Amino acid sequence: MRRMKQLVFFVLALHISIGLYAESNSLEESDIYKELIEDGNPAEFREMRGDELWHKKYAPNNVSLEQCDLGKGPGVIEGAYVELPRYFPDVNKVMDLEQRLIYCKTTILGLTYEQAVSSPFSIAGQSSEIEALVSYITAASKGMMMAVKLEHPMEKDAYEIGKKLFFYRAGSHDFGCVTCHSSNNKRIRLQNLPNLLVANDAQATYTTWPAYRLSQGEVRTMQHRIIDCLRQQRFPEAKYASDAITALTMFMAKNAEGGIYNAPAIKR
Amino acid sequence: MTQPMRIRAKLKGDEVEAKILIQHDMETGLRKTADGTKIPPHFIKTLIVKYDDKVVLESVMGIAVSKDPFLSFTFNGGAKGGTLSVTWIDNFDETRTDTVIVD
Amino acid sequence: MREHIGNSNSEVLNQSVSKRDFLRLSAAFSLAVVAGFYGIKDVAAAEWKASNFNAKSLKDTLKELGAEGYTISKDVAVDSAEIAENGAVVPVSISSAIPNTEYMAILVEKNPNPLATAFTIPAGTIANIKTRIKMGETSNVLALVKANGKWFAASKEIKVTLGGCGG
Repeated sequence: MRRMKQLVFFVLALHISIGLYAESNSLEESDIYKELIEDGNPAEFREMRGDELWHKKYAPNNVSLEQCDLGKGPGVIEGAYVELPRYFPDVNKVMDLEQRLIYCKTTILGLTYEQAVSSPFSIAGQSSEIEALVSYITAASKGMMMAVKLEHPMEKDAYEIGKKLFFYRAGSHDFGCVTCHSSNNKRIRLQNLPNLLVANDAQATYTTWPAYRLSQGEVRTMQHRIIDCLRQQRFPEAKYASDAITALTMFMAKNAEGGIYNAPAIKR
Repeated sequence: MTQPMRIRAKLKGDEVEAKILIQHDMETGLRKTADGTKIPPHFIKTLIVKYDDKVVLESVMGIAVSKDPFLSFTFNGGAKGGTLSVTWIDNFDETRTDTVIVD
Repeated sequence: MREHIGNSNSEVLNQSVSKRDFLRLSAAFSLAVVAGFYGIKDVAAAEWKASNFNAKSLKDTLKELGAEGYTISKDVAVDSAEIAENGAVVPVSISSAIPNTEYMAILVEKNPNPLATAFTIPAGTIANIKTRIKMGETSNVLALVKANGKWFAASKEIKVTLGGCGG
């Protein structure tokens, strides 16, 4: 226990002074905390809201998203998320869930692109519809095995681009995804830093996003997670629902192949 | 507008275990919207849990209760099929009651 | 987009301003009391008393509650992880093995208003409650118990750390 405390102090001190991470010996406290918070996950409320929104008729076309094809046929949400991102022949493009939802909002609901992407993340006083929709749709893949196909050449391209982006180091700190997520047993403060290049870590991580973030009081999506990682790497601000994010998502989703999907989860 | 609660009530031996998750912002009065407008304090003040007609727990809360409040406790004298109801009142005088059948 | 990221993502920032925010809290709180709280018709038997929630120190809160003469008891417990990774949500459970426990409260010594929440425990309800509270900083957390007209307490230090990422 004493050693743990010393370690925590060391990690904090190190982080504050030079913003780095340290080798982890014990995540005991972190695990206790997780156990305590798993009792009730407010993400369920966002799933309920997403259910309503999926069936809600929107102006101007006065139709709902129910006919949106997420890859398994119009209106099929069960198991859709574990096969995303995927190639969609109707747009000749690889899309992640959020890009596809935006596409459906513009083509089916008749919204403009600007309207469809106007509220990607909940902010104080304004909750995001797309976060709720993503919560609802991802929950319909709970218990299923990650099964990204990677058959179409464009899917393979997305994976390779995602891989390149993962290893790409740049910016004021010469950082990249690879800096924090390519070796075992690293952590930043109390948070485990998963090694996204090995199956069990990649699975445990990918299958638990989106997640209700206790620190933010909202469900956050994979889009949000990646944009925030890039921000912390001191990269230029990533564009919401851009192909670069889809490519990174593809890389991580493929690495998580075989994992059992279990989100929306609850995290710090 | 109030949002539904998520209530679970499970008989375990002689005791009913109740887990209550409430949708409420529990605003402290310090946050601001994107355009800089202050969000007024908005929080649950009182909460009553009843099993059938008997009060099994009462609570008073301040702004230091977390967003989307969670409560878990157990009580005696409950049975399968009984009704657990939870009512809260907040500082805007908004109130909500949800019920669940003990299983 | 910029404000989304700034607002929702700056975890470290949110955490570091939280103490300052908490200090501003009392003022905002008193105004709110004047503006709105008098309107409430308190149908609940458990009375929400502004003076209890507005007290600014542990000593004053105990005084408002009439609990100054409490004794530390090994039959009272406050449990949580020793380190909370996020002060906005700190899971805490409080329990009392003292017969006829009728009231329990959670007090956070270093919050600007220590009283977080309180419970009235009718006969038949087990005096063991789990909930989640906000903490402005590392602090002793007190479980305060009233039984047979007497006051008892237990205390535990819960450390609040700044966050890393979301995992």
